[in-house]
Amino acid sequence: MARTRYFYLQLAFTLLACLFLIVPVLMSVIAGLTVNFFQGVSSGLTLRWIGVVWDLYAETIFRSLYIAFAALSVTLLIGVPAAYVLAKRPGVVTRLIEEALVLPVAIPGLATALALILTYGGFRDFRTSWVFILVGHVLYTLPFMVRSVLAVLSSFNFRVLEESAASLGAGFWRRFFGIIVPNVRSGIVAGALTVVTLSIGEFNLTWMLHTPETMTLPVGLADSYASMRLEIGSAYTLVFFVMITPLLIALQRYGLQRVTTRGPA
Amino acid sequence: MSAKGGTAIRLVGCAKTFTNGTRALERTALELKGGEIIVFLGPSGCGKTTLLRVIAGLESPDPGGRIFFDDEDVTELPIERRNVGMVFQSYALFPNMNVEENIAYGLKVHGATPQHRAKRVEEMLQMMQIGELRLRRVTELSGGQRQRVALARAIAAQPRVLLLDEPLTALDALLRERLRIEIDVLLHSLGITAAYVTHDQGEAMAIGDRIAVINRGTIVQTGTPREIYYHPASSFVADFVGTMNRVNGTLRDGSLELPGGRIPWTQGGTGAVQALFRPNDARIVTEAEAQLRGVVEQQFFLGDRTRLHVSGIADGLVVVETSEHREFRVGQSVGLRIEPGALLNLRD
Ligand SMILES: Nc1ncnc2c1ncn2[C@@H]1O[C@H](COP(=O)(O)OP(=O)(O)OP(=O)(O)O)[C@@H](O)[C@H]1O
Ligand SMILES: [Mg+2]
Repeated sequence: MARTRYFYLQLAFTLLACLFLIVPVLMSVIAGLTVNFFQGVSSGLTLRWIGVVWDLYAETIFRSLYIAFAALSVTLLIGVPAAYVLAKRPGVVTRLIEEALVLPVAIPGLATALALILTYGGFRDFRTSWVFILVGHVLYTLPFMVRSVLAVLSSFNFRVLEESAASLGAGFWRRFFGIIVPNVRSGIVAGALTVVTLSIGEFNLTWMLHTPETMTLPVGLADSYASMRLEIGSAYTLVFFVMITPLLIALQRYGLQRVTTRGPA
Repeated sequence: MSAKGGTAIRLVGCAKTFTNGTRALERTALELKGGEIIVFLGPSGCGKTTLLRVIAGLESPDPGGRIFFDDEDVTELPIERRNVGMVFQSYALFPNMNVEENIAYGLKVHGATPQHRAKRVEEMLQMMQIGELRLRRVTELSGGQRQRVALARAIAAQPRVLLLDEPLTALDALLRERLRIEIDVLLHSLGITAAYVTHDQGEAMAIGDRIAVINRGTIVQTGTPREIYYHPASSFVADFVGTMNRVNGTLRDGSLELPGGRIPWTQGGTGAVQALFRPNDARIVTEAEAQLRGVVEQQFFLGDRTRLHVSGIADGLVVVETSEHREFRVGQSVGLRIEPGALLNLRD
């Protein structure tokens, strides 16, 4: 029964690996819910730390949310048409643009942020507003939207769909919103989930770009880890989990594996 | 609404050079009468699709070319304002819509009232016999069903002109045959002016009122299927449309002398000549009546007729077709007769 033993070995290994990853998460969650982490769970469970986090950092949570949705709006507005143009005119120039788009992903966020600060740091109002962070997030997330939509666009012959819509009398905008957009919906959904998830979790860039008035959730986390009780930091982490987990699950369900299954004939 | 009789189409000096320098269409003049069905026939890459797309408005002709629908110059009109119906080889149905919505799309775009739309969609579903598919997603249809929906969609909004680019190529032989007949009946009953692209000569013969044979971007001959078949203007047309025998012989005293015998020749000239004839223009006759004698090398039973490869008639094998029911033996000698009118003498 060598095969069975092999199977159990594998199972054990997988479980161990999961434990290795999950235990710290659980520890952190528990830490956020115990009265005193150093005394252990025996000190009692409480929502007090969550309340403290809310008092101290509610603003960062909302800021992260609206930056994420602003980034989503901008990447939708720019990214979907950009993907369409890139798909429509394949050529050297569009290849270059496509590659250039990926640069902010490849370059460390810190470097991108520094470049932004060097260029626009002089505009005080801009520098100190959340829009400055938004610009960084858009730079970072845009390629994900473009690529996701582009992947769907290149999975079917959208040109001939457009041509047949045109032959039926549809002008450009009607074709774009009535034919192109609905048929790349899966790519847009996948791209949107990616953008929101990445934006909410982005630390690198944001840490460089933020001011005390424009702190986001991940930056707030770093701040709390450095200056607050362990329990508060952990409770804050718990809040982050609660926000990001549904997005991650949605990403699993509607994310990129669905992109390829929609191949109109 | 297309008036009964349909829209006439006129192309004047239409050429097409793509930006990469490919000259897909030489300067072309073409006239279609209202309600006429023309087939563009030619080998792959000869420019059939390009010509169709120029008519449709998906490609603009090189400067100087003009396109008229009746007396209206539509050269500058984009496709969405030319009111043409198009059917593509790949169907190009909208995957985000069901069958009904696909068919209704053109009507909706043209601002038809919901009542008119529903009525028209109903008519189309009946006409194409796809009523039971109305709520299906188009990805759940067979090839033949898709093509029916594509046709219904193209004609629902009553276009002035219907343009079909190899609509049957993606289907299997049996279905192709059936849909070909349906399309033929449909086009003629609609009375719509139509251009139909195919590289299949059988399809061209069956559907076209007129065939335009295209080679390397040039229309080399237009004519009825019969004209094209029996009076090809060039050896390219002769070879492309059906099977053609070519024999080299000598003209002497009003006869064409071949290795297998001699046949009367009424077209004048002397000396060496190449003559062409169709397989079914050589009749198998008795020894006494025979002008030419040869030996059966191979026979192919095709159901409705038998095709023989005969040696000894000319320098190479000659293809003969007969609808006689009798069986031939390989090695058997046969006598042939060819009427003088069936012999063609093409220079190029
Ligand atoms: N968009 C384009 N850009 C450049 N060249 C093109 C373009 N479209 C077609 N061509 C070229 O023009 C020529 C004619 O093409 P076209 O598609 O009209 O041929 P076709 O007769 O329809 O062939 P097929 O039977 O294979 O569909 C070909 O040499 C083709 O490569
Ligand atoms: Mg073609």
